[in-house]
Amino acid sequence: MTQLVVEGLHKSFGAFAVLHDLTFSIREGSIHSIIGPNGAGKTTLFNVITGLYPPTHGRVLFNGADITGRPAHALAALGISRTFQNLQIFLNMSALDNVLVGYHLSCRPRLLPSLFRWPAVVRRDHEYRQRAEQLMAFVGLSAFVGAEASAMPYGALKRLELARALAVQPKMLLLDEPAAGLNPKETGDLDTLIQRIAERGVTIVLVEHDMRLVWAVSNHILVLDEGRKLAEGTGAEVRHNPDVVAAYLGEGGRHR
Amino acid sequence: MVDHRRKGTRGLVLLALIIVALPAVIPNAYIYDVVILIGINAIVCIGLNLLIGYAGQISLGHAGFFGLGAYASPLLSDRLDWPPALALLAAAMAVGLLSFAVAKPILKLRGHYLAMATLGLGIIISIVLNQEGQLTGGPDGMPVPPFSLLGQRAEGEATWYWIVGALLLATVWLTLNLVDSPVGRALRALHGSEVAAAVTGIDVLRYKIMVFVLSAVLASVAGSVYAHYAGFITPSEATFFRSIEFVTMVVLGGMASTFGALIGAALLTALPQVLTPLQDYQMLTFGAVLVGTMVFMPKGLVPSLAERLARHRR
Ligand SMILES: Nc1ncnc2c1ncn2[C@@H]1O[C@H](COP(=O)(O)OP(=O)(O)OP(=O)(O)O)[C@@H](O)[C@H]1O
Ligand SMILES: [Mg+2]
Repeated sequence: MTQLVVEGLHKSFGAFAVLHDLTFSIREGSIHSIIGPNGAGKTTLFNVITGLYPPTHGRVLFNGADITGRPAHALAALGISRTFQNLQIFLNMSALDNVLVGYHLSCRPRLLPSLFRWPAVVRRDHEYRQRAEQLMAFVGLSAFVGAEASAMPYGALKRLELARALAVQPKMLLLDEPAAGLNPKETGDLDTLIQRIAERGVTIVLVEHDMRLVWAVSNHILVLDEGRKLAEGTGAEVRHNPDVVAAYLGEGGRHR
Repeated sequence: MVDHRRKGTRGLVLLALIIVALPAVIPNAYIYDVVILIGINAIVCIGLNLLIGYAGQISLGHAGFFGLGAYASPLLSDRLDWPPALALLAAAMAVGLLSFAVAKPILKLRGHYLAMATLGLGIIISIVLNQEGQLTGGPDGMPVPPFSLLGQRAEGEATWYWIVGALLLATVWLTLNLVDSPVGRALRALHGSEVAAAVTGIDVLRYKIMVFVLSAVLASVAGSVYAHYAGFITPSEATFFRSIEFVTMVVLGGMASTFGALIGAALLTALPQVLTPLQDYQMLTFGAVLVGTMVFMPKGLVPSLAERLARHRR
């Protein structure tokens, strides 16, 4: 079943057009990669889909509903969650609290019960704390449960963002370059981790320059170039597409 | 976090003990007066710290809400003959509504723009209190009827000490609860990263408005209490300088620390009393404290000391 439909999407910043007439769709439960050169508009596309930027023209449909221009927090409630290329960690909080914020929607916090510390608030907080610890273990961060986020290494922070995004209990998870900046050891089990998330029934949209990871996990690949769709298809189809080779993969280039 | 909670409870118990024990060592009415003023300022600062320290928003106009509470409560009890306690609550509600009404456009602004907008708001309130002479007595101020609850009149420093002490304790308790709840986490989250807060489902503007209103209501209650305690009120309680005083107390005591706000209020309320010669240079002193804190101890007293302690223990 189709989960996300992007229709005739344009995004301009002033006179500068970043996305042009982009149309594609994403199947529920798939791992859908979006690749393309630097500045192709991948992050901008994520920002539009997750409600951080309104599009200039065009529509975005999620599970059949038109979600164009809805604010990010409302889209999170519908089940769209993401990580960021340039980390967006709550550095003023502990690692566990970062993940707990991800449970915000499930907690449905209210002012009065919180002010008076109603027993139900305490009990549920305790519950979510345990679930947050489990999530941290799932992404391989057991060692950091007691840590302050500001004291964690870069690689661990990338996983912390992933745990926080999972706490939102998304139907669709957008990962913006999860392997960027990681050494091979840190990248290690990222492919299995992504596959395990997908097995839980979460649709994955992956933006990534590490082609080893892209080839390993993707069911479907969309290639962007200068804000336009250059090609689309399975790994094998994209890999041998001459336009893609010319624009991105190159002969013996880094994106082989 | 559990550790947080235990520390908070310990602090709350300590504060209660101090409040209970203090009268034994307070020698005279003058010191009582200083301590009561500390309590009143602390209530404002603890609320303001939720806005500044936890949610990362600024207000340079909170003395306006303090002033509105200080005028509205006596006006309602005097002119309309309402019981003072009811007048105080009604004033708090009115200030809550007013702050809610202005919060939406104001809190869409960020950084300097937010600072300017709240500054302007405070100045407008201050001007209105000065100009509406019919109602407020203008720059000369106005007398305030005594406070009474269930037929009991609140008179004398000792009585007011217990009233303010109880209110302060309640404020600290509620604030510690809030900070340690999912609501408090959401506030800290939007301070840390607004986009990340938004994509995890936090309605950033809504939470900013909530904390702004909450801090305004606390300032209003403190203002009403101050007016009834002092028995006389002038617009000087709602000036820009008073707003800066509150902010300085929060910054000195420590951002995102409830007890920090309390200690900041205590130090900066007591300081001018202790160093009487400084009274003529109060503005200068506060300015110097503000600059000094920002440069040498940007996290403020309590968080910096706590960090030192933790490092020592290790
Ligand atoms: N807020 C903005 N204002 C103006 N221009 C922007 C903004 N955000 C992105 N751009 C521009 O849009 C273009 C696409 O940027 P984007 O970050 O989407 O690329 P990308 O495909 O994610 O690249 P990379 O692989 O380097 O992350 C770039 O030229 C960028 O400068
Ligand atoms: Mg990018």
